[in-house]
Amino acid sequence: MSSHLLSLAIWVPIVGALFVFAVGAERRRAARWLSLAVAIAGFLVTLPIVAHFDPAAAGFQFIELAPWIQRFNVQYYLGVDGISVLFIALNSFITVLVVLAGWQVIEDKTSQYMGAFLVMSGLMNGIFSSLDAMLFYVFFEASLIPMYVIIGVWGGPNRVYAAFKFFLYTLLGSLLMLISLIWLFLEAGGTFNLVDWYNLKISLAPQILLFLAFLVAFAVKVPMWPVHTWLPDAHVEAPTGGSVVLAAIMLKLGAYGFLRFSLPIAPDASHELAPLMIGLSLIAVIYIGFVALVQSDMKKLIAYSSIAHMGFVTLGFFIFNQIGMEGALVQMISHGFVSAAMFLCVGVMYDRMHSRQIADYGGVVNTMPKFAALFLFFAMANCGLPATSGFVGEFMVVLGAIKANFWIGFAAATTLILGAAYTLWMYKRVAFGAVANKHVGELTDINAREFVVLGLLAVSVLAMGLYPFPFTDIMHASVDNLLKHVAVSKL
Amino acid sequence: MLNQFVTPDLLPAAPEIFLLIMACLIMFADLVIGQVQRWILPALTVVTLAGCAVITYITMDGQVVLTFSNMFVDDLLADFLKLMLYVSVIAVVIYGRSYLVARNLDKAEYYLLVLFATLGMMVMISAAHFLTLYLGLELMSLSLYALVAIDRDSSRATEAAMKYFVLGALASGLLLYGMSMVYGATGTLEIGGIAQAIFHGDANKTILVFGLVFIVAGIAFKLGAVPFHMWVPDVYDGAPTAITLFIASAPKLAGFAMAMRLLVYGLFELADQWQLMLMMLAVLSIAVGNLAAIAQTSLKRMLAYSGISHMGFMLLALMSGIVGSQVDPFGTLNAYSSALYYVVAYVLMSLGSFGMILLLSRAGHEAENIEDFKGLNKRSPWFAVVMMMLMFSMAGVPFFVGFFAKFSVLLAAVKAGYVGVAVFAVMFSLVGAYYYLRVVKLMYFDAPTDNAPIVAPLDMRVLLSLNGLAIALFGVFPDSIMMLCTTAMMRSL
Repeated sequence: MSSHLLSLAIWVPIVGALFVFAVGAERRRAARWLSLAVAIAGFLVTLPIVAHFDPAAAGFQFIELAPWIQRFNVQYYLGVDGISVLFIALNSFITVLVVLAGWQVIEDKTSQYMGAFLVMSGLMNGIFSSLDAMLFYVFFEASLIPMYVIIGVWGGPNRVYAAFKFFLYTLLGSLLMLISLIWLFLEAGGTFNLVDWYNLKISLAPQILLFLAFLVAFAVKVPMWPVHTWLPDAHVEAPTGGSVVLAAIMLKLGAYGFLRFSLPIAPDASHELAPLMIGLSLIAVIYIGFVALVQSDMKKLIAYSSIAHMGFVTLGFFIFNQIGMEGALVQMISHGFVSAAMFLCVGVMYDRMHSRQIADYGGVVNTMPKFAALFLFFAMANCGLPATSGFVGEFMVVLGAIKANFWIGFAAATTLILGAAYTLWMYKRVAFGAVANKHVGELTDINAREFVVLGLLAVSVLAMGLYPFPFTDIMHASVDNLLKHVAVSKL
Repeated sequence: MLNQFVTPDLLPAAPEIFLLIMACLIMFADLVIGQVQRWILPALTVVTLAGCAVITYITMDGQVVLTFSNMFVDDLLADFLKLMLYVSVIAVVIYGRSYLVARNLDKAEYYLLVLFATLGMMVMISAAHFLTLYLGLELMSLSLYALVAIDRDSSRATEAAMKYFVLGALASGLLLYGMSMVYGATGTLEIGGIAQAIFHGDANKTILVFGLVFIVAGIAFKLGAVPFHMWVPDVYDGAPTAITLFIASAPKLAGFAMAMRLLVYGLFELADQWQLMLMMLAVLSIAVGNLAAIAQTSLKRMLAYSGISHMGFMLLALMSGIVGSQVDPFGTLNAYSSALYYVVAYVLMSLGSFGMILLLSRAGHEAENIEDFKGLNKRSPWFAVVMMMLMFSMAGVPFFVGFFAKFSVLLAAVKAGYVGVAVFAVMFSLVGAYYYLRVVKLMYFDAPTDNAPIVAPLDMRVLLSLNGLAIALFGVFPDSIMMLCTTAMMRSL
């Protein structure tokens, strides 16, 4: 099957972004409409990929193969399987929302803001569809540049610190990965082709080193405890759109990396080190859950909640059973919607009040009833209420964990309590009660644009919660294949 | 004896001869033209270099040709390096012109010295004999010393020139001493002959290694590798920026050629020894260069230290060529062509970064502090993008040429088994990322303190834009240059 849909999904936003940059900082209206058009076009090209994806096939589809750097046999090798296809659609969808969310808010250098997000979107699609390790790495690292600029230019008061921390932390991880990739290239006899690497025999000691190098790269991105500290800073200081992309897409890159690199390339090391991974995941779930409870800043609270949710994802991967892994993937998609929605909700309030402190709010429901209803819905989804997408993933992972070991499942299930505690307590303090001060009293309810953005997310969250079958169906064959592959020793 | 004299084959040296003739013509032209037609000099200089490029390109045949009694070699490596040299010197002349005019330094001496330094570098690149190499080196160095002091009323520049001269003379002395040792051990000054003599085992190893140490020290000085780097920040900082631009670009190509000719062509058999020395130089350069760069407030000094670390990376590839006793042709070729690629990429980036300083400088204002780049995004979004690409490229972030240069060097090092050194190098490039990011931070996150419009002649704007685009273009399509480097190296080894 030769089609260029994946290339389009990567390059339409990036080339479009160049035109948006060319519009210039002065013509804001033109920049907004053009970016919206590009973002929608980027989303539309991903639709046929999802529609024509064959869920029964475990292999890669929509393959594009062309030489890129012949000197080192690096190929422009694209393809998606059931694991990655959904992320491409999710990413392009979120990009549309981000453009809409920044519509009136971003008055300063609008074209650069929108353009940076479009570039980002293209690079992310590149990461999710690369089947050549070098191509993956190049997209992976290049995506740091737009995010660095987004946090640093449009972020909050402490934006410079956050931008540096974000960049250097993530670069640290990826540089070690680069050495591992080079080592694998030489070991595999001169190829960066991931599919070839999957069948490469590696003895245990190098496997463990590779796994650890990948772990540093991906754990920073996920982020896992104890290398998570950049995330709250980055989230708090980033503009709303930046937080949304960070939470909804960038965090998924790390988890995705585990599935694409760590597990299939170093399966024995993965089994060997699974207890470590499970331990780190549980710390993220429980300890970070408590940390979230005491936050006074809403964005920070949601950032910690993201870390806890991502702990669930890594837990799902390393218990090595079908339901756990699929649950983790569902959780990733669901978290993409829910965390995006939560950050957008905080953004809506921040745009009006210019404060993210929970203490500055109270009784928002009196002045913003429509908003409060949607916010409540997303808060419920965040703590995993049945019939929302948040429930499906958590439930599946807990099931999988109990299958593996009752006590792991038990510990993981505490998230249902902790999640409810920190999310709903925050919601209660922000929305309920009497109007806390005159600023809250002057709040205006969400406008049509904000309603559309949040409404689209609400529909997605509800649809995924009520009928998750299409999502699990599309990933089923690929997950099955991956688990079979991981079960075979490569020693 | 006299009747045995044969006219040497002049064709391989045609570009050098052409450049020399043109330089003499420019000297006369300066006497004839008045103050009004000053533009003729840079124009003639550019035409000269372009003419050299045409000659080099036409006479390029991929053969290794020796001439002047085996003292001068013309191979594909030399042709490739010379072409890169012309390009960078043309860029130097164009970037530097308005800066020099504003400071009344655009005298004929400047153009002549630039051309003579270029001639020296060309001779170095084509050297097949210790004497030729030394002659080229001295022609280049002496021209550079004079160039640094061209603003004779500036005490800073004079001090820098003095420092450069004294230390440079010392290094030349070390190099000569080392060469004399090698001559003593092998009985020849021909680079090919030396390799033969060592290969046949009729050379005293102790004396050879003794000489090697001095030769490596001389090379390290010219490249600016730690611990022979002391002159680099002071000279870069003290020299007028247009001269710094020159020192920081083209001589690196010549320095690379010198290292190749001496170590790889001449003392190949001693690779065990000099690879170890290069490793120490590389490791120290990467560490010291990156750490010291963090503390700088002057952009010129920062780029000087960053240049030191870049040379460390280049040495990393140069030391990875030969593993064990048996030579793996692929690995060797890979390592040396990676080093060549790294130098070419570095020269491109260095030209662009110093070009940016020149762009922001104007009469009475030197934009040489990092702070001067504050809010550049507001003043000129396009040139802020160019500078951002340059900085990310130097930091080794894709999709820019600097990333692929680092990548190929690391690949060579890992292939040679130096995984630990490679990890060390990437950890320090993480440190390096910090100070490059700081420049981007000032340009994008901060408001401008200086709102003067950016005035620069059109040719400079166009060339600088092309330079920036090249950084991105060779990053998205790195294959072309990589292949050129590999071919040049393959046909010349």
